[in-house]
Amino acid sequence: MGKAIFNPPKSLSKKEFTYCPGCHHGIVHRLVAEVIDELGIQEKTVIIAPVGCSVFAYEFFELDGTVAPHGRALAVATGMKRARPDLVVFTYQGDGDLAAIGTAETIHAANRGEKLTTIFINNAVYGMTGGQMAPTTLIGQKTTTTPYGRNHEKDGYPIHISEILSTMNGVAYLERVTVDTPQNVRNAKKAIKKAFLAQIKGLGFGLVEVLSACPTNWGMNPVEAMTWLREHMVKEFPPKLFVDKVGDG
Amino acid sequence: MTKKIMMKGNEAIAEAAIRAGCRLYFGYPITPQSEIAEYMARRLPEVGGTFLQTESEVATVNMVYGAACTGRRVMTSTSSPGFSLMQEGISYIAGAELPCVFVNVVRGGPGLGDIQPAQGDYFQATKGGGHGDYRVIVLGPSTVQEAVDLMGLAFDLADKYRNPVLVLADGLIGQMMEPVELPEMRDLSNLPDHSSWALVGAKGRKPHKVTSFNIDPHELEKMNKRYQAKYREIEKNEKRWENYRVEDLEYLLVGYGTSGRILKSVADMARGDGIKVGVFRPITLWPYPYEALAEVAGNARFVLTVEMSSGQMVEDVKLALEGRVPVYFYGRMAGVVPTPEEIYRYFVKLLEEG
Repeated sequence: MGKAIFNPPKSLSKKEFTYCPGCHHGIVHRLVAEVIDELGIQEKTVIIAPVGCSVFAYEFFELDGTVAPHGRALAVATGMKRARPDLVVFTYQGDGDLAAIGTAETIHAANRGEKLTTIFINNAVYGMTGGQMAPTTLIGQKTTTTPYGRNHEKDGYPIHISEILSTMNGVAYLERVTVDTPQNVRNAKKAIKKAFLAQIKGLGFGLVEVLSACPTNWGMNPVEAMTWLREHMVKEFPPKLFVDKVGDG
Repeated sequence: MTKKIMMKGNEAIAEAAIRAGCRLYFGYPITPQSEIAEYMARRLPEVGGTFLQTESEVATVNMVYGAACTGRRVMTSTSSPGFSLMQEGISYIAGAELPCVFVNVVRGGPGLGDIQPAQGDYFQATKGGGHGDYRVIVLGPSTVQEAVDLMGLAFDLADKYRNPVLVLADGLIGQMMEPVELPEMRDLSNLPDHSSWALVGAKGRKPHKVTSFNIDPHELEKMNKRYQAKYREIEKNEKRWENYRVEDLEYLLVGYGTSGRILKSVADMARGDGIKVGVFRPITLWPYPYEALAEVAGNARFVLTVEMSSGQMVEDVKLALEGRVPVYFYGRMAGVVPTPEEIYRYFVKLLEEG
């Protein structure tokens, strides 16, 4: 037998993903698990899954875990972390969960500077329920509830959560990334690690917004979806490092 | 023996929780129970505990969920509109089988209502205010002392059954001062062990998962059957009530909490006039002591149920008696507390009407 040179991260479970082809959840799950392994925190990390496509995320990680009511992941995480400050607690949430129904919990957890980490998957659509408008849906974007395209007169504008959170003193790490190229994947992993370090070092709240493709609900194949993400989503939500109190140390 | 001290109900409830081993409180201000949060904000840091003022009752109940996942004793308190906002989370907590304690210091409703004592939340509290087939253990104190005693019981029952427990008080219990005897501080090293399921990091074991979720209906039905078996066990073991002057009774008054307490004065007035009146006061509102009520009401000519509502618990009284004894109702709503005299007048009118 040869020596294994590449293994799945220990912090991922053996459970098969339920995600569609071309969806970015799988990449991001792997990055989070690699970061947890590299930081050596698997035995004290708890995942709070949301309601949405990643509702099963607590099963996909080889970690203690639970699933919060829709939008409440950061409240659940707050309660857990306050009860056991020695734990590393992270939420994994989509745009509907974090930026629509859970906006209040998101903003207040960030503002309190909760020592928590949030992975925010922004794919501009409600995935689990079948492609309805998300708070981050682009102007003109067609969804099942904006069949004529999102109209700002009626539906308002795409919400920029990272920009909003960037004004808050409680935030210790905040970056918007993509995972559309190998280089960007590496950069996203670095950001995720720093968002965990912000918590571990007790600096405050860490969040990484990942622009993600949803070929199924965008009605595209994976290649078209990646192109659409680069051409449209990146324009509305430019990747950017907003806050870094972690530094390189 | 500790000696009796004068305490406001809300503060006594908070101190009793701390003495029961609760070191975690999450809450949002709402009248008439804000003194619980204020007391916790001052007192918890003294005992190494954590107080957090939340952004809403919706956030509160989910923080309670998260804290309860670690197996530590945790509580919140609120009043009627706030308790409505918590219902979704309580359903999740019941489904995830997490131990925690809620206090609802009920005020007048519906809607914004007012801030005076009421009992209009009985249906919500005892019949399931949230979605799905679940039960919350509900305890109804009638004095400040009983509120203190029931707080300790609430935490013990929550731990024993891994189930949310609600102390259903009202604005009168919360706001009045009475002499109370407080229990000793619980030894924190001696609290129930939840290490077999709690989320505290998967160190040297398989990961624990806490959830009310299962996408497979057959698997979810199994979970539901487990809940139901637990509820039957609670019904078997935990019914509590008080009988007052029921020996030789000819008429029975039934009420819980503040109205149950007022009914004792009514029974005394009637006894003073030579009318044999007793009082049945349920203490557990779920599980409801149907059998005990049926037994004590067996020889009554009629039953008068009194509530600070339009008549909610009276439905359980009728269920208990199954039409064998006439059941009448007297209620005041919207934060009006009935006097013993007005209840007695109503009772006498019923007597005269035969």
